[in-house]
Amino acid sequence: MSEPLSPAQIPQMNPMFRLQWEQAQDCYVLLYPEGMVKLNGSAGEILALVDGQRDCEAICSALMEKFPDAGDIRADILEFLTQAQQQHWITM
Amino acid sequence: MSACHGNPQQPAATVKPHGQPFWLLAELTYKCPLQCPYCSNPLDFAGQGEELSTEQWVEVFRQGRELGAVQLGFSGGEPLVRQDLVTLISEARQLGYYSNLITSGVGLNERKIGEFRQAGLDHIQVSFQAADDEVNALLAGSKKAFAQKLAMAREVKAQGYPMVLNFVTHRHNIDQIDRIIELCIELEADYVELATCQYYGWGFENRDTLMPSHAQLERAERITNEYRDKLAAQGHPLKLIFVTPDYYEERPKGCMNGWGQVFLTVTPDGTALPCHSARMLPIEFPNVREHSLQHIWDESFGFNHYRGYDWMQEPCASCDEKEKDFGGCRCQAYMLTGDANATDPVCSKSPQHGKILAARQAASEPASTDFLYRNERNSRVFFKG
Repeated sequence: MSEPLSPAQIPQMNPMFRLQWEQAQDCYVLLYPEGMVKLNGSAGEILALVDGQRDCEAICSALMEKFPDAGDIRADILEFLTQAQQQHWITM
Repeated sequence: MSACHGNPQQPAATVKPHGQPFWLLAELTYKCPLQCPYCSNPLDFAGQGEELSTEQWVEVFRQGRELGAVQLGFSGGEPLVRQDLVTLISEARQLGYYSNLITSGVGLNERKIGEFRQAGLDHIQVSFQAADDEVNALLAGSKKAFAQKLAMAREVKAQGYPMVLNFVTHRHNIDQIDRIIELCIELEADYVELATCQYYGWGFENRDTLMPSHAQLERAERITNEYRDKLAAQGHPLKLIFVTPDYYEERPKGCMNGWGQVFLTVTPDGTALPCHSARMLPIEFPNVREHSLQHIWDESFGFNHYRGYDWMQEPCASCDEKEKDFGGCRCQAYMLTGDANATDPVCSKSPQHGKILAARQAASEPASTDFLYRNERNSRVFFKG
């Protein structure tokens, strides 16, 4: 489970969780039975791109295009996706 | 990133002196085909007013969403009794709720499970009374319920829902905890709530026949922990949630994360409550037929009554733990002491803690299965009385 992700892997949301922009919280949230996880800005931006089609590389490119001032954030994104997998939020 | 678990940390954009109603519990009806003796519905449910209409419920959902509600529970009684459930689910989904159907499974079938999914239902929680049909029948007052529950739990998973199984444990089933957990693994549950029964409503009337002994509880918690370790070692995603009864604690629970902070219940007749048993308190609560949810949440007497700390008596008023447990549960204080402002007797600092000790003592002695079942006939006794 703790093996590093490769850029070609395709993450998809665990159907147990629903990602939603929540105006009242001013952030993305992950909803699950009787609970909610509030996501910080970057976590929300990353998960919003997880659609079961894009691979990790495509998610990184899309975010670096959207936030050109952030520099090379590939490693951070992959680290977050690894954590998200450990939390069972996403599967590969 | 922070786990929320029903306790939003982040203040709203406009700062209010209290939280948002993150959780909206819609008790659609008090009608139920089962008769569980630990039901938290009020004893006099048979004498409550007319149920809200479809339109009135949809309006409650709309206003709840404006106040920041995210989780919506369809509960009861048995919510499947409502003929408009598909419509309510569909409206809730369009409003952006995460919707939870909290059901006994009795009255459910494959077609309905599919219709609810299509309408946007997110999750179905099936409640069980035990891991075998004999104890299940004893507790539910129905012989056929167990086979139906098993079939429906399998169907819920087959149709792709996340599934939470809820087992209310007590002295007559808690010794089967290993069989209960094995059954949950077999049914591929995602979460299992092993919730020791709480003593409200019918549960309070049946407390002495329901409450497990301390030895039973310790054994059950130890076995649950052993299963947790085993599941974790296998990388199994099943989560076991063990809820201990506060009667075996020395400090009270921070009930509902604070009065009117997170949780809003609307009962079948439209009465709005800060928790599902608050109706028993000698306080007037507002009704959604007469007031907006915004007024109810922010301004009503009932919802403001136990916010903050000014209402507290000693030993709570000067206690350095009051911000953690808010003096415990108001309903429990009222039931056990007759004074809704008193310290929850669960607290060992309460002058009435002896009542809890006496209940523990009673739980260590043999109990009958002579339950007062939750049904219309028994409820009318309380209604008239």
